[in-house]
Amino acid sequence: MSALSGIRRRIQFPDVMGVMGSWWDRTPWYGRWALYVLLIIGAFLLPSSSIGSFMTPESDWASVLFYPIGIYVLLAIGLNVVVGQAGLLDLGYVAFFAIGSYALAVIATKHGWGFWEILPVGIIIAAAAGLILGTPTLRLRGDYLAIVTLGFGEIIRITANNLNYTGGPRGISPIPHPPSDPSVEVGGVKIFRYGVLDARPYYYLLVTAIIVVIIIVKRLEKSRVGRSWAAIREDEDAAELMGVPTFRFKIVSFVMGASIGGLAGVIFAAQTTSITPVNFPFILSALILCAVVLGGSGNLLGVILGAFLIAWLPERFRGFEQYRVLVFGAALVIMMIVRPEGLLPSRQRRAELAEGTGGMGSLGGETGAVAGQRVEIDEEPVSGHPPEVLAGRDEREAGG
Amino acid sequence: MWNDFTQQFWSSTIDGLTNGAIYGLVAMGYTLVYGVLRLINFAHSEVFMIGTFAALGALTLFGIDSPQSGLALVGVLLLMTLVAMAASGGTAVLLERVAYRPLRKRGASRLAALISAIGAAFFLQEVFAIWQGRDQLSIPRVMNKDVWFNIGSGQVRNDKVLVIVAAIVMMLLLDRFVNTTRLGRGIRATAQDPDTAVLMGVNIDRIVLTTFLLGGILAGLAAALYGVFFELTQYNVGFLLGIKAFTAAVLGGIGNIRGALIGGLVLGLIENYGASIFGTQWLDVVAFSVLVLVLMFRPTGILGENLQRARV
Amino acid sequence: MRRAYSRGLVAAAAASALLLSACGGGNDNGSSSGSGGSSGGGTVTIGFMGAQTGPNAQLGINISNGVELAIEQHNAKSGVKQVKLTKYDTQGDPTQATNQAKKAVSDKVVAIVGPAFSGESKTADPIFEEAGIPNVSPSATAVSLAANGWKFWHRVLANDDVQGPGDADFIAKTLNAKTAAVIDDQSEYGKGLADAVRKQLATDGVKVAVNDSINPDASSFSSTVNKVKPANPDVVFFGGYYSAAGKLVKQLKDGGVQGTFMSGDGTLDAQFINGGGAAANGALLSCTCSSAVGSTDPAVTKFASDYKAKFNVDPATYSAEGFDAANAIMQAIDAGKTDPADINDFVTKIDFKGVSKQIKFDDKGELANDLLFITEVKNGKLAFLGDTSKAKPSA
Repeated sequence: MSALSGIRRRIQFPDVMGVMGSWWDRTPWYGRWALYVLLIIGAFLLPSSSIGSFMTPESDWASVLFYPIGIYVLLAIGLNVVVGQAGLLDLGYVAFFAIGSYALAVIATKHGWGFWEILPVGIIIAAAAGLILGTPTLRLRGDYLAIVTLGFGEIIRITANNLNYTGGPRGISPIPHPPSDPSVEVGGVKIFRYGVLDARPYYYLLVTAIIVVIIIVKRLEKSRVGRSWAAIREDEDAAELMGVPTFRFKIVSFVMGASIGGLAGVIFAAQTTSITPVNFPFILSALILCAVVLGGSGNLLGVILGAFLIAWLPERFRGFEQYRVLVFGAALVIMMIVRPEGLLPSRQRRAELAEGTGGMGSLGGETGAVAGQRVEIDEEPVSGHPPEVLAGRDEREAGG
Repeated sequence: MWNDFTQQFWSSTIDGLTNGAIYGLVAMGYTLVYGVLRLINFAHSEVFMIGTFAALGALTLFGIDSPQSGLALVGVLLLMTLVAMAASGGTAVLLERVAYRPLRKRGASRLAALISAIGAAFFLQEVFAIWQGRDQLSIPRVMNKDVWFNIGSGQVRNDKVLVIVAAIVMMLLLDRFVNTTRLGRGIRATAQDPDTAVLMGVNIDRIVLTTFLLGGILAGLAAALYGVFFELTQYNVGFLLGIKAFTAAVLGGIGNIRGALIGGLVLGLIENYGASIFGTQWLDVVAFSVLVLVLMFRPTGILGENLQRARV
Repeated sequence: MRRAYSRGLVAAAAASALLLSACGGGNDNGSSSGSGGSSGGGTVTIGFMGAQTGPNAQLGINISNGVELAIEQHNAKSGVKQVKLTKYDTQGDPTQATNQAKKAVSDKVVAIVGPAFSGESKTADPIFEEAGIPNVSPSATAVSLAANGWKFWHRVLANDDVQGPGDADFIAKTLNAKTAAVIDDQSEYGKGLADAVRKQLATDGVKVAVNDSINPDASSFSSTVNKVKPANPDVVFFGGYYSAAGKLVKQLKDGGVQGTFMSGDGTLDAQFINGGGAAANGALLSCTCSSAVGSTDPAVTKFASDYKAKFNVDPATYSAEGFDAANAIMQAIDAGKTDPADINDFVTKIDFKGVSKQIKFDDKGELANDLLFITEVKNGKLAFLGDTSKAKPSA
């Protein structure tokens, strides 16, 4: 396959994020805030039927905006904290989503609490689950963590399926709506009337939640916590040596991610009014992971875009049903070969990933060309003849 | 509960070992690739699946649809095995070339390789789903299932013995190969330190190819045995099995060949014992819980890591 | 310094390919699409909601075929309002069902045949109820659906409260079993059915020696076989679907379990025989749906041959129910009703002989009669035995 690598060396991908990034750096604070406000207004205006007729002609656009698009976006932001920021491979993220949903469902139906009272409780329960899962397992190395988190996701789903308390395979329904206030009307839409017919009030609720979460995550990223995560991500041993309490910060990222997953679960259950274990399969964890990596893990804008695409496109192209997953699989492979850092990687992450150091390190078995070195290796090294790679040895990262 | 356990002890043990042997064969493939590349080859389960379809195809091609005996039986089994090995091995090599080598050459992160693996798995599954349909396909019975003798509640049946013996033999062969041949030395060297291995004259690309090929061949054997034992296949037959096999590999110590088989057997036993005590609906919960417990106290698995120390 | 953008194009192409894909549902607007208004223009649109793609799509397709046939025959009559069909593919997924239900409401369909599965009924029916759209399900058998006080919901087959106890009574009285093993597949349908059987067996005085729950996607059910074998039950009842049932019956028989294997309508499919092989022979399968194949009633044989002529396969599970559900709605349309509320009133009071059974609803929307039918697997084929009072298995 050296032909392919040859082609790849000769051409360059347009550096979108680099250009945007330098423009962003030059914009003064009021410019940035104006853009934020515009984006927020745009998000609230999104569920219009004219946009809907283009975006999802075969489904209800406002419903699709809530689920899968909105929920996937929130889940991707949460998983990004774990995978993208701290560099931990979590294959069972759906567990926290399920815990949040079931928390709302069980407490609302069995104890009669309202949505707003259960919301913080659901988040706390999910966070506790993150703590419980993380404490024994975050000392394990990356790939062990992967299978353990996968197992945890399955344990949650199967337990919910087996216990009568959570309704067994029948699940829990009907879940009461949040308290409505039908008197408030903005632009012809009753924004606080939570019912089954109109998904828009839920969508606005979800957008508000996303905005709050983004603010929190961004502040964290720029704080000491975020810097510690970056250190852990790049080289955990070095970070530990430099005095970063790696275990503690890994737990923080896990708990943070779990809380966001729980939040998404609570809002999801409220809208869908009926949940069963079938709603929380392993494949959803895999999809969110794909969304994060595809979009550009570590970059908030990237993961939002990745989640949006992964959620919207199947709805948009319903007509191609038979071949959808086939094309998805092929596209994942191609995207990774051509642009493994994702669609919109942050500049920092791109540098890391180009060196093969960010996020779990590089693949083993790749010598000389490790760490961004582009050197041809002789197919048949004659023994006793050291390859040219020796020249690049000092810059190299011990991969894996 | 405990009554059930003791009453079903022997049947659980025999069936646990049989299921575990299949997990172990597939797990050895995962462990080899991981040991050399540090890659969780998510698509390995599809390599297995393709082997089962190939075995079925071989039977259909030669019009074999009824139980055989004696020399004809041996011939049929060999046919299924060799065809499945060829198909799985070929798929594994193709996978390496198309989905992983370009990433290796770029020094891309393991996360990217993981996503590529997931994509490849989806792709291969769907190819067969579209080509062969999504319903189960049955594989004709080629071996009459004779019970040789009973140990307590357990039935020692010819196909169960075949599976267990084949897995153990294969593990020993692989172990021998990795520890004594030149290629095997190359594999161990690459697993230990790829940079030094290159200095010592190891051709990394060829090693990686061999690793994938070996993993594929093991999966092919597992596929043929699966076809004889379960008599069915389906486009998604690899999915659940793959997760279990990878769990088994981790349980035994990822990167460790003997560990993979031991992990597989242990997993099979735990599943069956757990199911006899708590009910079959809890068997996955039991299995994953044991995994977490084992890893907590022995973070590198039962036999520990390291391909180059496969000789425990 | 930028060189060729080919790689960028490749990535963009891959991204667009990605756009075209990923897991999820699909919508096949087969025979017609788009929305017809509920009034005006002389055409009226009915919706079908159920799985057209994805796992278990076959059950949805059986129904939509029956509906299509009914509509085609209706439109061919002279002087009637033309009816159009829009199919809403949910893949049997409850969350997709809500999206599709809202779409159906905004498309202004006058009535729905479906939703096909119980899970999607739970999420979609509240939407139809609030929007006032009558829906007639040909296949959703969950008991809880009738307890919601819905005015617009109906189903043309008996619920699992009929199938479960009916099966248990059959096991106790016709099969004369003394001990039984009851296994479910942890699904809503399978466990619901199995639990109903368990309860009634206890009342009928049959000892349930073994209870177990399998994962239908697993290959090996060794632990279940190892539980059942020592108990040596007369009957093994399985609540679940055909692909797991085939695997299970084969492993049971190979494991030396000799009891009769019995299951419900989820197993009633030729694929069960395919998967179970020789072990499937002698299995008994129940359904509150009747079989159009092998009937002596001329109206039913005509339906079966029309179906075969149009689709090249025999009508299968729920095809006849789909046909009857569609006809119930179209009778309302023929009586001049085009408003969903009026159609609902008409359908609620309907009473006619369909090809599956007598179609008449009680005040909750349930079917007024509650017959259970048994099919036996004989020599690798499904042989319809008739309802539980008449069925005599060969073993």
